[in-house]
Amino acid sequence: MTFDSPHIRVKDLNVHIGGNHILKNINIDIPDKKLTSFIGPSGCGKTTLLKTFNRLLDRNKDVKIDGQVLVDGQDIYGKDIEVTDMREKMGLLSQRPFPLPMSIYDNIAYGPRIHGTRKKKELDVLVEKYLRATGLWDEVKDRLNGSAARLSIGQQQRLCLARGLAVEPEIILGDEPTSALDPVSTQRIEELFLQLKDKYTLVLVTHILRQARRLSDYIVFLYMGEIIEFGPTEEVLLRPKEKLTQEYVKGFIS
Amino acid sequence: MVNLRLLKDRLSQKIFLGLSLFSILTVVLIAVGLYYKSTPLLHSSSLSNLLFSEDWKPFKEQFGFWSYIVGSIVVTVIAIVIALPLALLAAIYISEFAPHRLKQILIPFIDLLSGIPPVIYGVWGTLTIVPFIQDKLAPHFVEFSSGYSALAGGIVLAVMIFPLIISILLEVFNTIPQELRDASLSLGANDWETIKKVVLKKAVPGIIAATVLAISRALGETIAVLMVCGNMPMIPHSLFDSVYPLPALIANNYGDMMSIPMYDAALMFAALILFVIILVFNATSRFILYRLEKKNS
Amino acid sequence: MRKRRRKIESLIFKSLMILSALIIAGSLLMILWTITSKGFHSLTWDLVSKIPEGGFYIGKGGGILNAIIGSLYITIGSTALGLLISIPVVLYINVYAKRNAWLSNITRLSADVLFGIPSIVYGAFGFAIMVYFGLKASLFAGIITVTLLIIPILVRAMDEVISLVPNELSDATYSLGATRWETSKILLKQSVPGILTAILLSFGRAIGDAATVLFTAGYTDSIPTSLNQPTATLPLSIFFQLSSPIEEVQNRAYGAALILTIIVLILSLSAKYFSKRFSKHKI
Repeated sequence: MTFDSPHIRVKDLNVHIGGNHILKNINIDIPDKKLTSFIGPSGCGKTTLLKTFNRLLDRNKDVKIDGQVLVDGQDIYGKDIEVTDMREKMGLLSQRPFPLPMSIYDNIAYGPRIHGTRKKKELDVLVEKYLRATGLWDEVKDRLNGSAARLSIGQQQRLCLARGLAVEPEIILGDEPTSALDPVSTQRIEELFLQLKDKYTLVLVTHILRQARRLSDYIVFLYMGEIIEFGPTEEVLLRPKEKLTQEYVKGFIS
Repeated sequence: MVNLRLLKDRLSQKIFLGLSLFSILTVVLIAVGLYYKSTPLLHSSSLSNLLFSEDWKPFKEQFGFWSYIVGSIVVTVIAIVIALPLALLAAIYISEFAPHRLKQILIPFIDLLSGIPPVIYGVWGTLTIVPFIQDKLAPHFVEFSSGYSALAGGIVLAVMIFPLIISILLEVFNTIPQELRDASLSLGANDWETIKKVVLKKAVPGIIAATVLAISRALGETIAVLMVCGNMPMIPHSLFDSVYPLPALIANNYGDMMSIPMYDAALMFAALILFVIILVFNATSRFILYRLEKKNS
Repeated sequence: MRKRRRKIESLIFKSLMILSALIIAGSLLMILWTITSKGFHSLTWDLVSKIPEGGFYIGKGGGILNAIIGSLYITIGSTALGLLISIPVVLYINVYAKRNAWLSNITRLSADVLFGIPSIVYGAFGFAIMVYFGLKASLFAGIITVTLLIIPILVRAMDEVISLVPNELSDATYSLGATRWETSKILLKQSVPGILTAILLSFGRAIGDAATVLFTAGYTDSIPTSLNQPTATLPLSIFFQLSSPIEEVQNRAYGAALILTIIVLILSLSAKYFSKRFSKHKI
């Protein structure tokens, strides 16, 4: 399935890690301002694929990446690309929240400070804006200078989301972002994702099929490093074309 | 038969308990023993006089330790000032940037060299550092230096503590989760910014621990420093003057201990001073680390 | 503009880092090189097989066998004695005392404190003991003092290794009805590579340390035949010969230094080798 002007287009991507062929001939388009989920059994490569998008993968040793990943038409693995700029475009939410070792305020301000915003007034505005956006403002406004490590795990994950939004990315990548959270925090994150869909392109890796159904517009099913099926959510989950997909989503349908 | 097994168990428990108590006792014994041997000195002169006076005239029973204390401090400070930044930068390089194969060579190499006996460093210092200071370095700054100087002591000490600091720091950096670095990078920070603002921040307790350990080691080192520092009891006016740290004082004069009255008490007191300083240092750093941990979690 | 500044700052620090690593590696290499090049020519069979003959210190014949044997005696003696004390202590902390009992914490704390005490303080303390008991500077006094030095090293290293053994293992032995002593034997078996490493580590420390033996072991040109006699040690042998104005004697000091360095390097390499080799079979 292709789109006319996808936000991300992957062409003939092959990734080898430590000699193993992890991703095989990946060709896929990620549509603009929609939420696309990667699903598949453990070890199918969905997290690896996600990590090729913001080039965190090449930091590991023994990684060989062939092919192209085009973001807004530009190959991010091209020779002239400035990696830090390109990463600014993508926000990452990991499985477990990793607040930076600083205050709540400084966590949010970290990205903007690096990219040049220095004035306290401007930073104050940004911090409030993004804390509000993730529903944290009322909960933490009195302890902005407190350590981020003191927050509950659900709050920490929302903090990481706010932090990522503060650099004003275009794309948000989520690597099973709710798997460490309790049901209530999970629900809040999911609600946030739904709100963010209007303004950002979201790519989510998840192993919770119900979550994929709740949030996504499109679903990509990966198996053993290959894309088996890709299409609108309802189609892939309820009327899958490929046998492997049918096997996988069987648990969900029944 | 069961009785024999139980007997072994009970017996071993009593013996092992006894030996553990012995270990605890040893600390107390050392402190008490050194104190006890120093009492003649402490009775003859006030504590502040002993610590802060520079007059060292054994035959007149005047023992002012100040120049030796200063000697120890000066050499240690020089060593830390040289070693800490270099070791920190090198450890960051090895941990965060070095290619894998290089790491596999460097880390064992540094480990191996941490075991080299101090006397070897002393030999190297005498052969290389002292002439270098006398001939090449000092002439730019002072009229004359024999090369046997505070600087020589500091440099030799610095090289001795490189492996210590580096191995602790490497361990510390290793415990910082990769995801934390990823989080900073995915916000658009570059490698160095990530290290500066995230990794180092997390590593602060470890860096403090490493520094304190290094200071303890430097203060207590005897033979390597003794061979290159000049062994002249004076307050140095420049890096190129000779100094006489406390351990060197004890080591050089033990032979005369029994012949001059109160000399043995003086040297024991010097050992006591060292013991107390290092104890205080370690206790303070434990306290700082404890507070830091509480603040962060 | 700001982007360039960030990049430049990054480059500056990266270069400083590489420079530091080079300086450190370079200085360590320089030490090895200096000792080797100066000492190599003095490595004669005589040096390691003979004791000092008359006039050794003014350049005549002989070797440092007295120091080599003396150091070995002290090191082996103190390591054996040290193990005799530290293994029980480690077992007590980990097996016999309850978890986090007050006593095991204090013992660990004491071991840490003792670990930080410089060797010269042990030397002074050892000397004080000698005087108190009316002992002369001897092999015996030297062994006792060095034992005190290495007990905390052994305790710390072995404590680390034994506490790594999973609780499930001791749970298993206890539920089979084993006593604490029998369980300890299993734990020790499981930790053999770590214990070996600890031994090699303290061996290296013991053989290289000068300050502990300076007052307590004395010095002599002969090989001791009883515990009451003084003994020479390698570090002191190097130190004394180096202080001589005669070049021949100084050269022998370098040779002795090279020998000591080689011994210590072999010990360190063996420690690494053993810990790697045995880890392959651990659970």
